[in-house]
Amino acid sequence: MTSPSKAAAESAGSLTLDPEGGNPDSGQKRAAELVGRSPRQLAWIRFKRDKVGMLCAVVVAGFVLIAIFAPLIVKLYGQNAYSLYGQDDGLLNAYGLPIKPNGGIDGTHWFGIEPHLGRDVFALLIYGIRTSLGVALCVTILSVLLGVTVGLVQGYIGGRTDYFVGRASDLMMSFPQQLFFIAFTPVILSLFVKPGDNEPTYLRFTALVLVQFVLGWMSLGRLVRAQVLSLREREYIEAAKLSGASSSRIIRKELLPNLWTTILVQSTLLVPVNVTAEAGLSFLGVGMQQPTPDWGLMFQDAAANYQSDLTYMFFPGIAMVIFVVAFNLLGDSVRDALDPKTIR
Amino acid sequence: MLRFLTRRVLGAAVILVLISLVTYLLFFALPSDPALLSCGKNCTPSNIAQIHKNLGLDKPIIVQWWDYLIGIFGGRHLPLGNCPAPCFGLSFNNQTPVWALLKDRYPTTLSLAIGGSFIFLVVGVGLGLVSAWKQGSVFDRAASSVSLLGQSVQIYFIGPLAIYLLSYKLGWLNRGQDPSWGAHPGSSLTGLVLPCLVMSVIFWSNYSRQTRSLMVEQLSEEHVRTARAKGMGSRYVFLRYALRGAMGPIITIFGIDLGSVFGGAIITEATFGLHGLGNLAVSAVTQQDLPLEMGVMLIGATSIVIFNIIVDACYALIDPRIRLA
Repeated sequence: MTSPSKAAAESAGSLTLDPEGGNPDSGQKRAAELVGRSPRQLAWIRFKRDKVGMLCAVVVAGFVLIAIFAPLIVKLYGQNAYSLYGQDDGLLNAYGLPIKPNGGIDGTHWFGIEPHLGRDVFALLIYGIRTSLGVALCVTILSVLLGVTVGLVQGYIGGRTDYFVGRASDLMMSFPQQLFFIAFTPVILSLFVKPGDNEPTYLRFTALVLVQFVLGWMSLGRLVRAQVLSLREREYIEAAKLSGASSSRIIRKELLPNLWTTILVQSTLLVPVNVTAEAGLSFLGVGMQQPTPDWGLMFQDAAANYQSDLTYMFFPGIAMVIFVVAFNLLGDSVRDALDPKTIR
Repeated sequence: MLRFLTRRVLGAAVILVLISLVTYLLFFALPSDPALLSCGKNCTPSNIAQIHKNLGLDKPIIVQWWDYLIGIFGGRHLPLGNCPAPCFGLSFNNQTPVWALLKDRYPTTLSLAIGGSFIFLVVGVGLGLVSAWKQGSVFDRAASSVSLLGQSVQIYFIGPLAIYLLSYKLGWLNRGQDPSWGAHPGSSLTGLVLPCLVMSVIFWSNYSRQTRSLMVEQLSEEHVRTARAKGMGSRYVFLRYALRGAMGPIITIFGIDLGSVFGGAIITEATFGLHGLGNLAVSAVTQQDLPLEMGVMLIGATSIVIFNIIVDACYALIDPRIRLA
């Protein structure tokens, strides 16, 4: 079983029994059957039973695999993301629109070709997912690392450190997020490149990651701090302290295992937020730049041509909706699997 | 209550001053020299020195910031022109006071924010209430799927789709235009319907999910059961007892969302071609107009901080435990 402390901290205030969901009897019976299994195994068993969760996990894994193996997929597919098929093969008419109906969908270009430049939409989308997901995953990993560290330090040390770090994160939370991203991406870029020079794509990638990371860690930091504050007062921590355990041991062996649920669930939920934020920046013209394939840039392009070529909009759009839905549902399922007492 | 408010307002003022300091330092202390940006192609060293003097960049950065801060309240006389009372500096681009630009754009942001937040609050909380009232019904399940979908779509996807369908194909709604309430109140209203509707979609799903779960939780509270046992009507108990308990968290989210939409709904404005603060921010960034960026940033931060205070005050009004603490 997961420790009761975890559930108590997670759902303080929502522990009232739900008339439909929470049947204490069945929970106990199940626990009796499964004696001798580790919490991880139990969580995995619960997760496997959750069909929606499994489906979402498969979809999410699919997206990640697409991102990782983008070059291979595109190679097998036979078209690439940079060739201007529309102009070279004469697939665009005089207005720069695909000649064939539905955005130029055919056997060679499965999702059609983009208006004006005439690149292959399927290849663009695969590579675009790679860019956006890459930025988002980097942001998420960095934010989670910093958020957990800061939260642990704040909660465990407490006192003045807690106060000042807390006020600093308050200050950062008062920054208008989107404005901050937009305004500071060029500022961070100017750290690396002189204005006016051509910057390589990886620098833009780094700048986008940094700017989102700076404002990305506070919410997780707060959650972790609140949990550590309540865990710190528990008997088992006291016992560990009395038996002479070092702070690092207490943090690693006593505190962190109880925080995994929060960390895992929150980071699952952070990924889609970061993906859509990155795409939003590129959509506004301050994120990734053409000709780098990017999810947000596809939206920018499609929004400019929606009246003449609506089909182009649907591929990045529907892909993103599926992606975000899958991640959100996966987050819920992970929570349910790791923490049976949370009633939602 | 007065002490509570005073304390909160002072704290907010400190936060705003710090934000202005951080933003100023980041903008003006970094290697990108604003003088290089604003003098263009024929830059001689004396030229640059002159621009530095004109922009006040020859002074130490802290002094510059302090002058800036004082200028917001007292106005300043800058070498390039006069800048009256709420002085956020002069735009690099055409030397007009930043405040005039902000004031010019704010009506659009304000109309969008008020219209959009009204819709997402009413729709979101309404859906949540009905779902909680009819738990497990077809409506409940449909509402929760719609909410999940609403939470997962993006304005830059559904915005163009909505324009295409509702405006371009069917012609029911205007495709979105800046309001000018004084001159054309009618077309201002119709021009805002579609942007407000689309903007509200990404917000209300959160409200309906939260409202539903909060209400379900509240309905199983002891005092609600007691009220029922006393024979009170179920509608009365639902609205007067359970809803009141559920209101706190909803107000909190509402305050956070208001703070962000009043600071400029950037993506909505870009999608519908509206010219509010968000649009101003994007163009300031692309033209590297630092004073303008500073101004927009401060307005955005101010709106977030103000709505935080309002939320706290509302909380205190609803819940005496907080007021007295």
